[in-house]
Amino acid sequence: MWRRSSFSLIRSRLFSIFWLCLGALCAQAQGPQSTPSILAPASTPAKEIFGLSLFVLLITGTIFAVVGGLLTYVLIKFRARKSDTEHEPAQIYGSMQVELAWTVIPVLIVVVLFLTTARIIFAIQDAPKPKSALDVTVIGHQFWWEFRYPKLGIVTANELHIPASSAQAPTPTYLRLLSADVDHSFWVPQLGGKTDLIPNHPNEMWFDPQQPGLYLGQCAQFCGIEHAKMLIRVYVDTPDQFDAWVKNQQRAGAEDAAVAEGRRIFETEACANCHTVTGTSAHGTFGPDLTHLMSRATIASGAVDNTPANLRAWIEDPNQFKPGVLMPAMQLSDQQTDQLVAYLTTLH
Amino acid sequence: MSTVPVSAVPIFADENWRLPSRGRVGMLSLIVGESAIFTIFVVAYIYYIGRSLTGPSPKILDVPIFNTVCLLSSSITIILAEHAIKHGFMWRFAAWWALTMALGIEFLVGTGIEWKDLIVNQHFTISTNLFGTTFYSLVGLHATHVVVGMVGLSLVMLFTLTGRVKQEHAERIEVLALYWHFVDAVWVVVFTVVYIVGR
Amino acid sequence: MADQTLPIPGSLGEEQQRAGMLEWLHSWVVTVDHKKLGILYIVYALFFLLVAGAEAIAMRIQLAVPNNHFLSPELFNEFFTMHGTTMVFLVGMTIIFGIGNYLVPLMIGARDMAFPRLNAFSFWLSAFGGLFLYFSFIGGFGLYGMGSAPDVTWWAYAPLTAKAFTPGHNTDYWAIALIVMGFGTLGAAINILATAFSMRCRGMTLMRMPLFVWLMVVTSGLTLITITPLTAAQVMLVIDRFLGGHFFDAQAGGAPVVWMHFFWIFGHPEVYVLILPAFGITSEVIPVFSRKAIFGYPAMVAASVGIAFVSTTVWAHHMFTVGMTSVGNTFFVLSTMMVGIPTGIKIFNWIATMWGGKIRFATPMLFCTAFLFQFLCAGLTGIMLSVAPWDWQLHNSYFVIAHFHYTLTGSFVFCIFAAIYYWYPKVTGRMLSETLGKWHFWLFLIGFHVTFDTMHFVGILGMPRSIYTYEADRGWNALNMVISLGGFIQAIAVLIFAWNLIYAYLRGKEAGNDPWDAWTLEWSTPSPPPAYNFAADPVVRSRRPLWDIKHPQDPDWKYER
Repeated sequence: MWRRSSFSLIRSRLFSIFWLCLGALCAQAQGPQSTPSILAPASTPAKEIFGLSLFVLLITGTIFAVVGGLLTYVLIKFRARKSDTEHEPAQIYGSMQVELAWTVIPVLIVVVLFLTTARIIFAIQDAPKPKSALDVTVIGHQFWWEFRYPKLGIVTANELHIPASSAQAPTPTYLRLLSADVDHSFWVPQLGGKTDLIPNHPNEMWFDPQQPGLYLGQCAQFCGIEHAKMLIRVYVDTPDQFDAWVKNQQRAGAEDAAVAEGRRIFETEACANCHTVTGTSAHGTFGPDLTHLMSRATIASGAVDNTPANLRAWIEDPNQFKPGVLMPAMQLSDQQTDQLVAYLTTLH
Repeated sequence: MSTVPVSAVPIFADENWRLPSRGRVGMLSLIVGESAIFTIFVVAYIYYIGRSLTGPSPKILDVPIFNTVCLLSSSITIILAEHAIKHGFMWRFAAWWALTMALGIEFLVGTGIEWKDLIVNQHFTISTNLFGTTFYSLVGLHATHVVVGMVGLSLVMLFTLTGRVKQEHAERIEVLALYWHFVDAVWVVVFTVVYIVGR
Repeated sequence: MADQTLPIPGSLGEEQQRAGMLEWLHSWVVTVDHKKLGILYIVYALFFLLVAGAEAIAMRIQLAVPNNHFLSPELFNEFFTMHGTTMVFLVGMTIIFGIGNYLVPLMIGARDMAFPRLNAFSFWLSAFGGLFLYFSFIGGFGLYGMGSAPDVTWWAYAPLTAKAFTPGHNTDYWAIALIVMGFGTLGAAINILATAFSMRCRGMTLMRMPLFVWLMVVTSGLTLITITPLTAAQVMLVIDRFLGGHFFDAQAGGAPVVWMHFFWIFGHPEVYVLILPAFGITSEVIPVFSRKAIFGYPAMVAASVGIAFVSTTVWAHHMFTVGMTSVGNTFFVLSTMMVGIPTGIKIFNWIATMWGGKIRFATPMLFCTAFLFQFLCAGLTGIMLSVAPWDWQLHNSYFVIAHFHYTLTGSFVFCIFAAIYYWYPKVTGRMLSETLGKWHFWLFLIGFHVTFDTMHFVGILGMPRSIYTYEADRGWNALNMVISLGGFIQAIAVLIFAWNLIYAYLRGKEAGNDPWDAWTLEWSTPSPPPAYNFAADPVVRSRRPLWDIKHPQDPDWKYER
């Protein structure tokens, strides 16, 4: 019995380490993925953490192999056998020298691990901020993200657009993290570690992805009923794409006489209490800025695709996508809802 | 499997086998635990000094010197009471004990007057601002302990007057006195933090 | 000394045992006997183990497939909050103080705890705290007319707990229940300390106390300074919620980060409060089943005290992501890694104890063996999490869940099972079935590894904790299904265990005084021990009094230092 136990234990642990290394190697060469794995780092902080983690894994793996191996050996070697005599084994009460020896070794390991870790902490947290950095203020809300670009005069939600950085022209993104209500945590694993958004406690983090594409993440600090659907989408654009996106976002809300009735509903019904569309009388700040709603691929903080049908369903009753969300069901007539959706779909 | 009657254990014991009194160990443990509670409240108080966004600041507090003198001298009177009971002077014990209680009551009354002035005249309550929250909870936590101490003291007084407390109870009285000393010592910390450092 | 021979109030005489059901029940309610209270604690904890286990199973069904609708978001959030709170406070804390209550007086040759009435009071406080917490399922929304359990996670970060974000009374139930249980635990800890220091039998010097007693002493000391900060923080929360205070109110200048500090000043040492008695159990079981004295007893004691000491300086490693300065982060990296040194010493000492022994793999030893491997892994993943930059990635992910279930299930619960298999004969006079025990062990071991090994990976793949569902395209689907399957295997194992407990109580083999051929004092009295524990006050000369009796030619006291 015992023989199988220890052996299968060891084997399962070895396999897990093997998987981990394999996964790590495969992930090296890739850009954005649909699985937000920390083994596929795509920005400097994430890569530094990844390198450090491999080192720590090597050390802890070695410790596991040595101590686990010793343990297995002892369990096998000193098992009770049928052939044993009745006598008790020799009693040994301890040895000062041995105790000292196995105190010193862990101390040395701790020193090595600590120094390596400290170096990376300072490298990431105290990295000098270049002049070319992009500033974004992230404000966590129950249960969505507000992104403000103070220097560019842009306000958007849930989908963060940043330029790809390169070695020649580094444009890292610096996030200033605030919260409007409770604690949240910004985590896009491929771009870097997470940092919490805490009321009354502004935080900062940065990343500099080089490969354009869509990076996924989500809120990592429980923030209430719909914490699970507080998703993050980070679009890393090429410099040209980013400039085009900025130009579009800086325009006021689209004006289209064909949907004037929808706009009137938006301005006169409760929508305007919480949402903003620049160029109209809607200046609410409790919900996402909708000025360029149609430039976003999803609604409800990434919970569903941004299609007219979903928009309509969302306005009728947001609870069917996110039960417990703070937006109320709007109780409009079918005709009003149609007109409102028609208006919203012009907000490119 | 062998069974071993415990009486078979050979007697090799040290004849001077002494153990600490369980009352004292228990009370010291309680004091350690209570100290941790107070530490948390004191840390919160210190951290929030000057962080209130509105409302009155600690400048509105008057330093309760008379109160403090009373409470601290009650530590001395309780020591004298302990001394008295140890040597069997029961009436002297009762007198010192009563004086200790009187000083304790004075402290509570003094705190009550201070709070009444703050609440009724200055409209400064626990929900006014951060200072109010931390002030009332820290001073109130201490006052609660004084009340608990007073309950203990009153029980002893009651039993003394009915003649049930005797010289052999000196050790239990000491254990209770230990708690009272702790309450006094905490006041020194609270007083320093609230009325000296914080003001 | 006079204290030790006081008659034990509430203990049962022979004639009473034949009295009716009601009287039997009454005798349990009014008891102040440490053994009966210990049993009450343990039964209470095992009941809530089943409840919290059922909550876990419900959550795993919900998470088995993406976008599942088995549980509503509200219910899921309530379940994981209650699962955590229950497991830590109603199962973990109560079972260690139950086992401690039962064994500490027996192991040090005393007739009861130092304060029997305080002991009963502490138990009933804890018990009512737990019932109060669960009453929230019925009364949590107060005037809103429906039940709602706490749903703010067991770490309950401010300001989510403020009235503005959680109206109703569910958070109040949580805070007040924990305050009540906190006082119960405080009383239990004081009692254990006073017992261990003041009630030892003749010759039982501090350095001759069984390691389990030592670990209970260290745990109780740690409890004194860790449960109380939680109580203080909960009082602040209650002041905020009922009296309009501003301790954690960001609008009035309060700092939610202060709550985090206060909570983890409690929360981290709490883990050690749970795991240290587990070390104690292992330190009793391994020597007996290896037939050797514990190796390096003084080093084990020193390491235990060292762990307790260091554990009070590491709390902010739960807060690497809240934006501390680089220097602050670095400090907590160092202090956290230092915990590895005394824990390493302990593991080496256990290995050295087995070295040269004759290891019998009875069920208690099997659980301890698995504990050693799992605790090693838990320690190593702990080292990974102490590496602050890596923690920025792993924090609040399923990797963390896997890590602390390795410590709390893989280590703590395995040791608790070992303890129950080891001491059940003493408590009931009957042996648990070895066959069922092996089934229990192997199924639980397999289920445990299927679930929690897999959780590491899903965490590395970016799955955060506390989410009631997840997107289908994240690549987490298969892993989550595996995790859920493992949960069911564990559930089956626990049911086998429960059956074993009941069956053995009714039909089990008679145990006799000393079924394991062990060496500590509790095995010298009949099983179950009489109300007065020992017919005569025992006298000891070494750490293994029964070894001395069984080997008069070669007693321990000749060699021990």
